[in-house]
Amino acid sequence: MATTPKKPVARLEVKKTYKLYINGAFPRSESGRVYEVLTSKGVSVANPSLASRKDLRDAVVAARAAQSGWAKATAYNRGQILYRIAEMLEGRADQIANEISLATGVTSKKAHDEVLTAIDRWVWYAGWSDKLSAAFGATNPVSGPYYNFTIPEPQGVIAVAPAESFLAFIDAIAPAIVSGNTVVALVPGSAAIAAMTFAEVLATSDLPAGVINILTGSHDELAPWAASHMDIDGFDISGITKKKRADLKVAGAENLKRIHHFEGTPSPTRIYAFMEAKTVWHPIGV
Amino acid sequence: MSFYGIVDGSESSLKHFLAQLPGVDQVGAEARAAMLATRSIKTTSKRWAIDTAISMVDLTTLEGADTAGKVRALCSKAVRPDPTDPTVPSVGAICVYNDMVAIARTHLDSIGGQHVPVAAVSTAFPSGRASMEVKIQDTQDAIDAGAAEIDMVIDRGAFLSGQFGLVFDEIVKIREVCGDRAHLKVIFETGELVTYDNVRKASYLAMLAGADFIKTSTGKVAPAATPPVVLVMLEAVRDFYSMTNRRIGVKPAGGIRNTKDAIKQLVLVNETAGPEWLTPELFRIGASALLNDLLMQRMKIDDGYYASPNYVTID
Repeated sequence: MATTPKKPVARLEVKKTYKLYINGAFPRSESGRVYEVLTSKGVSVANPSLASRKDLRDAVVAARAAQSGWAKATAYNRGQILYRIAEMLEGRADQIANEISLATGVTSKKAHDEVLTAIDRWVWYAGWSDKLSAAFGATNPVSGPYYNFTIPEPQGVIAVAPAESFLAFIDAIAPAIVSGNTVVALVPGSAAIAAMTFAEVLATSDLPAGVINILTGSHDELAPWAASHMDIDGFDISGITKKKRADLKVAGAENLKRIHHFEGTPSPTRIYAFMEAKTVWHPIGV
Repeated sequence: MSFYGIVDGSESSLKHFLAQLPGVDQVGAEARAAMLATRSIKTTSKRWAIDTAISMVDLTTLEGADTAGKVRALCSKAVRPDPTDPTVPSVGAICVYNDMVAIARTHLDSIGGQHVPVAAVSTAFPSGRASMEVKIQDTQDAIDAGAAEIDMVIDRGAFLSGQFGLVFDEIVKIREVCGDRAHLKVIFETGELVTYDNVRKASYLAMLAGADFIKTSTGKVAPAATPPVVLVMLEAVRDFYSMTNRRIGVKPAGGIRNTKDAIKQLVLVNETAGPEWLTPELFRIGASALLNDLLMQRMKIDDGYYASPNYVTID
């Protein structure tokens, strides 16, 4: 007869495998690589996937496939879904704050503030979805028997390379998707942990697969491929250091990509930066 | 009559021959196809594979909504798949419905595409449910209109109910109609044949009856050209060559949509039938969307950055 141990064995913690978020699924990097995120004291926090250029390629295919459907959804519906994401995010606020403070070493209070600010900004951007055509559209005076309208439309697939923080990540993707673009986010370093928990929020928020794709790893490795990719229409390089921006802009010029970097407070111009204007002529009296 | 000295065309000789074929090891075939699919083809080999695959594409449009304009556009694409790059080879053939053959042939000839043959699907494609007279007339029409290749379907109902003689006779008759004016490809619709054993039997049946090519599917039924099915057919043409000294071609069609799938097929060919089959005369890929992906991958290799579907034609 087997003997029963007197003291129960210490419970093994079930640790999360941080993977990528592509087309609504959580695949590992095609390359099989990971990198280590450490606390400020050098303790290992997690091993997020180190995305490769082929993961970027797959993410762009997913984003392109999802784009027309997302843009076709009514502005009202897109706003609802974004708001739903904020609801889910609120429930995960403590978890994300913990992850931020673990990975960056900021105090728990500061981390909490960052998450709450991020949620509020997300809701603020969500509110813009049905106001864009009023804010950026126009009825233009023309010399002829025509109505002439300017209608703002989403550009298509946008890559974003935010700085290494959760708030910067939220600040980059919210304005890009609210107008009907789809996004491939390149999340650097320690920001990967909170970003991948955010991906779990997305997966349970009625957001169609492929609208937001999240790759974690290194800007140096992925940004040049994103800049030269012919099927990415815009690139937000707010998290790229000044010295490295010029090369990306040159690579992007080859395919007429809009490349922007933003600083400061959130603004609707950040939404409009990745929209284009369609002009419609309509005869009067027909 | 004797066919390669192997069967005399009678029901009993066919049944006898097909019954003694060894069964396909299903697990083995699937494992071998899956193993070959893991081969990594890179850089210069990939570049070669892409150009080879382009030259093997039977650029296909088989829709009720086909128009003369669409067929002509497809013909232009067949001759010069990438108008900005003259080093891209022409495709293997254009594959259309019977009534579009003359339109395709005329247009190809008028744009310098004399080297691109027109293939016509025939014998009441895709179901094969028509009388023999109709099937013969169907084939004759296509050849008279300028088709150099006939893609005929077999009567799967007859095959599955064991009437091998009936299927055999149909192929022989269509072979006679084709004569030396047209290549004959025989379509099995492997998705309806249920087992790999049936695929092997159908392969031998068609080869003995005089097929120049054996083809997996119509593209109207899924699953279509799965790697294990193509593997079984490639084994059949390889073994048939050792029996008769004649090389029969293989054409997978349906479900091959991207470069990766196409290269997997080429690896299967090389490792199963052998490198002699890596030519458009003995291997074709029936596809429509595939060509664009091949072109985009080719651009990626040449330019060093990822391409966009905006830079290739829609059809």
